[in-house]
Amino acid sequence: MSTPQPPMPQQAAPQPSMPPQQAAPNWQAAPAPSYTSPIPIVRTHLGHALSSEWTKIRSVRSTMWTLGVFVLLVVGIGLAAGAAVSSSSPDLSGENPLSLGFFGLLLGSMCIITLGVLTTASEYGTGMIRTTMTACPSRGRVLAAKAIVFFVVAFVITVVSAAFVGFAQVAMLDGTGADEPTGDDWLKGTVGIGLYIALLGLLSLIVGSLVRHSAGAITIMIGTVLAPLVIAMFMFSESLSDLRDALFEYSIPNQLSVFYDNSLSRSGPSGWDPLWIILGVTAVAFVAAYALLEKRDV
Amino acid sequence: MIEAVGLTKRYGAKTAVYNLSFQVRPGAVTGFLGPNGSGKSTTMRMILGLDNPTSGQVTIGGFPYRKLPNAPRQVGALLDAKAVHGGRHARNHLLCLAQLSGIPARRVDEVLGVVGLQDVAKRRSKGFSLGMGQRLGIAAALLGDPQVLLFDEPVNGLDPEGILWVRNLMKSLAAEGRTVFVSSHLMSEMALTADHLIVIGRGQLLSDMSVKDFISANSADFARVRTPDTEPQQREKLSAALTEAGGQVLPEQDGALRVTGLPLPRISDLAHGADVRLWELSPHQASLEEAYMRMTQGAVDYRSTIDQRSGLQQEMPPGAMPPPQMPVAGQGQPGWYAPPPPQQGGQPFAMPQGQPAGPYGAPAAPAAPAAPGSTGGPNPYAQAAQPSAAAAQPAASDLTKPEDAR
Repeated sequence: MSTPQPPMPQQAAPQPSMPPQQAAPNWQAAPAPSYTSPIPIVRTHLGHALSSEWTKIRSVRSTMWTLGVFVLLVVGIGLAAGAAVSSSSPDLSGENPLSLGFFGLLLGSMCIITLGVLTTASEYGTGMIRTTMTACPSRGRVLAAKAIVFFVVAFVITVVSAAFVGFAQVAMLDGTGADEPTGDDWLKGTVGIGLYIALLGLLSLIVGSLVRHSAGAITIMIGTVLAPLVIAMFMFSESLSDLRDALFEYSIPNQLSVFYDNSLSRSGPSGWDPLWIILGVTAVAFVAAYALLEKRDV
Repeated sequence: MIEAVGLTKRYGAKTAVYNLSFQVRPGAVTGFLGPNGSGKSTTMRMILGLDNPTSGQVTIGGFPYRKLPNAPRQVGALLDAKAVHGGRHARNHLLCLAQLSGIPARRVDEVLGVVGLQDVAKRRSKGFSLGMGQRLGIAAALLGDPQVLLFDEPVNGLDPEGILWVRNLMKSLAAEGRTVFVSSHLMSEMALTADHLIVIGRGQLLSDMSVKDFISANSADFARVRTPDTEPQQREKLSAALTEAGGQVLPEQDGALRVTGLPLPRISDLAHGADVRLWELSPHQASLEEAYMRMTQGAVDYRSTIDQRSGLQQEMPPGAMPPPQMPVAGQGQPGWYAPPPPQQGGQPFAMPQGQPAGPYGAPAAPAAPAAPGSTGGPNPYAQAAQPSAAAAQPAASDLTKPEDAR
């Protein structure tokens, strides 16, 4: 069913003799004159939407810019941090050298957030969404395709950047007494952080679809990343200390640092917990965006 | 075949489309006309499943748009030439749409050639002119080689060559047995392109008939009568005689008279009887534009008025008269368009009873034709502006200062 038909030779004249494929509405039943396209009609599926979204994401400059800046930030800050630490030759015994990549990734996540929001919200800003939704009335399929394509792109870029920085830092810090990262450290520092950043971007994509406004969605997401930490900083009152600790522990920068085992506190999420938290949040948001997209006017 | 049944769309308190029912048949170009804000685009969006109707439904070939299998292969649409991501090449824009419905990439280059954009295929659509954007939108509509085509204002921004091309394209698409539904506000264009007209005003159906029927049903043919310019009293005399005989007489700008309700020989006889010489007696048929304007004049939401510039003009030197305000065709002259045929009782378009007044607090249709008359007085400064003239003086003198300083 889903196999695309081989393209037919194009013909200018209509071919009334050729029946339409599949369960297309029976135009021939109409008594009035009717037209049948010589181009074979195929049943569309998610694969078509995926290739379309891949064309879309690679054919706009904002993708190259945001991902370029992301790689620059992650690699640049990672190498600079590695160089700074190794030149000051401190005693790093017991430290995980991969954790030096944290600062670059924290800043770089803003680029992934921006790209995620732009993937959906820019279509609303330009009006392209009406063209897209006319070309594919299965709105959920479009959202799913966008989510998958973006997630894969963000994940691959993050893992590759994080791994490169990780190797560089381990090499730089050789001899400072820092621990040799274990296999689990490597997994968390590359795949774990990649999944987390890509899911954060996916959440931004979903927020972009919900809010339908680029600037608004980017503001919401950057606020989500930074606000808990900033608010917690000003909670001096003793009565609020529990709330302050929770805000610290579950703030996104702290959850990021959990992947390097250097969380601000020891009572909050640990191990792979941040991944499950953001996975749950993203799943809920996706369901909401999906339902709203099907229901709302474009 | 597009079929709308009882289509209604409300946005909050505003009713954009109300109880609209019509059919668009294959093999013909169907024009979709209406003043700005009358609900044309909303109807188009509902046909394409972008907006959900509040009540009623619209189907294409018996299916709601969103239930059509591979909809872009059945229906192609140009909604808005600017509905593209400006940062994407023309070709990539079409390619992503083609991939979405499983159309081979070769078709993209084909339609780029059809609309004449092959030379700018690798240019970002941000830099496109309005006309190029329209061509790109038409290319997207043609991409799926569909049976049903919808075009919202396709000739906006096109050059004369492009307009001719679109006109011929529409006709050839319809001649192939496709359903072509074109919205426009260019009456002259519709007169040349469309076979059938659907006219809406304030979201409701005003007319659904062929172009020929539309013109004859909505425009009384009229006679132009001109008496010698040198003798105005002859004109008065003839007007009185014609009115007495049951005709309707409207003065035209150049001093001629527009007479309806009387055949030409009768007008001649009446003139002869009244001992009035005629310089001109000619038959006229109203154009589609006039027929349309007459039909929709009660359903216009956004009506232009004369720019008063009150308080901004320099004070008149003592004794000087303000320049006479020349009446402009169609502005401030309620009866400029031919009066309605007698059988319609002079009511071009009556809103159904029980409907509230217009959405913007505008008077409901029966009162609307009288409204422009109040704004189109011969000299708006002579009466209404007088009390405020004193208050406006300081502002006026301020405005003159920069000129004095020069």
